[in-house]
Amino acid sequence: MDIKIALAGNPNSGKTTMFNDLTGSNQRVGNWPGVTVEKKEGRLKGRKDVIIQDLPGIYSLSPYTLEEVVSRTYLVNEHPDAIINIVDGTNIERNLYLTTQLIELGIPVVIALNMVDLVRKNGDVIDLNKLGQALGCDVIATSALKGEGSKQVAERAAQLGAEHKAGQMPSVFNGSVEHAIAHIEESIQGKVNDQFLRWYAIKLFERDEKVTEELKLDKSLMAHIEEHIKDCENEMDDDAESIITNQRYAYIAKVVQSAVKKKHSGTKLSTSDKIDRIVTNRILALPIFAVIMFIIYSIAMGSYPFSIGTIGTDWANDTLFGEWVPGLFDRLLIGAGDVLRVPEWLYALIQDGIVAGVGAVLGFVPQILVLCLLLSILEDIGYMARIAFIMDRIFRRFGLSGKSFIPLLVATGCGVPGIMSTRTIEQDRDRKMTIMTTGFIPCGAKIPIIGLFAGAIFNNSPWIATSAFFIGIAAVVISGIILKKFKAFAGEPAPFVMELPPYHAPSVGNVLRATWERGWSFIKRAGTVILISSIVLWFLQSYGNVNYGVEGASFQFGAVDDNNHSLLRYIGDGIAWIFYPLGWIGDMAWKAAVATVTGLIAKEEVVNTFGVLYNYAGEVDLMDDSSPIWAAVRGDFGPITTYSFMVFNLLCAPCFAAMGAIKREMNNGKWTLAAIGWMCGFAYVAALITYQIGGLFTGEATFGVFTVIAFILLAGVIYLMVRKNPYKEDVIRLSGKHAANV
Amino acid sequence: MKTLKDVKVGDTVTVVKLHGEGALKRRIMDMGVTKGTEVYVRKVAPLGDPIEVTVRGYELSIRKGDAQNIEVS
Repeated sequence: MDIKIALAGNPNSGKTTMFNDLTGSNQRVGNWPGVTVEKKEGRLKGRKDVIIQDLPGIYSLSPYTLEEVVSRTYLVNEHPDAIINIVDGTNIERNLYLTTQLIELGIPVVIALNMVDLVRKNGDVIDLNKLGQALGCDVIATSALKGEGSKQVAERAAQLGAEHKAGQMPSVFNGSVEHAIAHIEESIQGKVNDQFLRWYAIKLFERDEKVTEELKLDKSLMAHIEEHIKDCENEMDDDAESIITNQRYAYIAKVVQSAVKKKHSGTKLSTSDKIDRIVTNRILALPIFAVIMFIIYSIAMGSYPFSIGTIGTDWANDTLFGEWVPGLFDRLLIGAGDVLRVPEWLYALIQDGIVAGVGAVLGFVPQILVLCLLLSILEDIGYMARIAFIMDRIFRRFGLSGKSFIPLLVATGCGVPGIMSTRTIEQDRDRKMTIMTTGFIPCGAKIPIIGLFAGAIFNNSPWIATSAFFIGIAAVVISGIILKKFKAFAGEPAPFVMELPPYHAPSVGNVLRATWERGWSFIKRAGTVILISSIVLWFLQSYGNVNYGVEGASFQFGAVDDNNHSLLRYIGDGIAWIFYPLGWIGDMAWKAAVATVTGLIAKEEVVNTFGVLYNYAGEVDLMDDSSPIWAAVRGDFGPITTYSFMVFNLLCAPCFAAMGAIKREMNNGKWTLAAIGWMCGFAYVAALITYQIGGLFTGEATFGVFTVIAFILLAGVIYLMVRKNPYKEDVIRLSGKHAANV
Repeated sequence: MKTLKDVKVGDTVTVVKLHGEGALKRRIMDMGVTKGTEVYVRKVAPLGDPIEVTVRGYELSIRKGDAQNIEVS
């Protein structure tokens, strides 16, 4: 039978490095069921029978964060045979706090005392034997970065796991606390798995919501237990949770004092401290931050000679998917004398549907890889935490995290890597909120839309592009302010108590692996969701009524050359009424509706679609220069209608690729729908208000029932923004007490 | 009542009591800010919030709003 080993430890303890070291390329990356937390699993190198389960980086096994709940649920319900607990030797006190909780589970624990090379360099000495005795488990010195000791740790854990031999639990608690816990143990004996007796007793003492819910003990027993807790609380003059935490740390302090000899370096600053003094300096921090962001953005998304991301993507779009791949299929599908080897429809499906559709999305891969590489480096060296530190003040007003800045910035290039980069945000709530709002930022593909209308209607005024960005940012801010007052977001408080890890050189292996994982997940998605949606849209665009417009002829289904006669036209006609309140009236209504639908493939398709619908047959690529169709567009669109169309298309559901990214990151159907629904709803309301109220001033719209609705909606939005947060606890901020919901 | 929020940059204080209850309090305690712990206030973020402190030998950032609930002496 396989031996299951769980890998547990604090964030920044070198857990990822150790996991990569132990499993090599033998990994499976996914998510924990239904939540945004990443799950990694692998088999031990050279031992096919040993499965290593990487748990999220956690500081404790409290019931309050998603990561912690996921970890403890796994440990208690899945019964791993052994736990490897990675402890950062340079930060031993706080790291051992988790250890004291892990050993209570009655599962054999091996401590990997990591970063011993740094401990030695600092001149500190840690007595492994003493430490092991005090904690009742084996301690092995490791340096995951240098591959030292990892193997021994895994072998030892596998051995203990096979024997199922947990160590002697140390007496962490004393006096009346130990007394009360022992009483609780006694009264629940037989009602819980014996192995976890201690764990359940302590959790009951802490009045842990999740455990209380799970055990469903009868009322009289709960009352009896409560009595013990109350007695203890009265004696210690503190609440039960705090008593436990205090005693754990007190025990650790004692252990550390006897097992660790610190060489007192006095006030000497470490290299990391020196770097930090400059990088988060009160005056220099923001300029340095701006420069770093600029560099990252330029390399991945910019248009400079060194912008390798853009160069790669341009190459992929123009050469790889523009010439090579279509050329390859031409050679395969077209025989001698230009005779097709396959039916015409199949050729069109492959070339116009699949290659064009999937190619348009895969073209972003170079940019995504470059960006992920740079962000992984930032994360690995420890700068990401500083970004949160620097930007927190601004972003928390909108219910976002300081780290939300990066997804939003990246989204100005492409929303897909933007949404993917929300992974660096620890707080589940902030992460979800950022995913929901990132798509509002005008991405590179929306620029041609803005260009088309700025040129056609607004005389190329630079204010149109500026206002588009302003609308995007306003949508993020307004959404944040409104959403953070909803229960789904306000329910869990977001403590900003964040470790600022020491800076260190990036690990090449970790960075490359993280980059590849993200890039690959994107490519896989292109092969599924995007492939299917490309085929569907191609079909709707290429087939329709062959007899369209022919007088007296009935509907005859078949391939059509003119999109105006396609099924899409019928759909456009069918759904145009939805957009009536947005001012999409008359002949432009169905065109606008069709363009909106095709925009789901990629936003720049909106411009191409207008080209097709206005029968543009010129040589110039409309994406680069849309001026040939300006006059035709001007004939159909009034200024306010245009603006309403722009507002809706900039804010509504993003392209399929971005929706796929949302689904991947949310990892939950309901939240994915909520995100896309919110974006569409927000876009609709914004466009409606723009047209009805804006049009009233310019005379383009007349006063009517929708004007009244527009004013009501506007009032509603303002109300939602300024209303008092019903879930906010101003007076005692520390009193949010809900357990995380998984 | 003197709280961590009022401490000047460069000063070291001792935690007397944590006010409030539940998730946020637990989180702060989990991070090692418990009764009797020494806390060194290292710096304030460029925009005035949060602050960075040294506790149990590592760096921790905490919002002023939360620091207000940490009574120190």
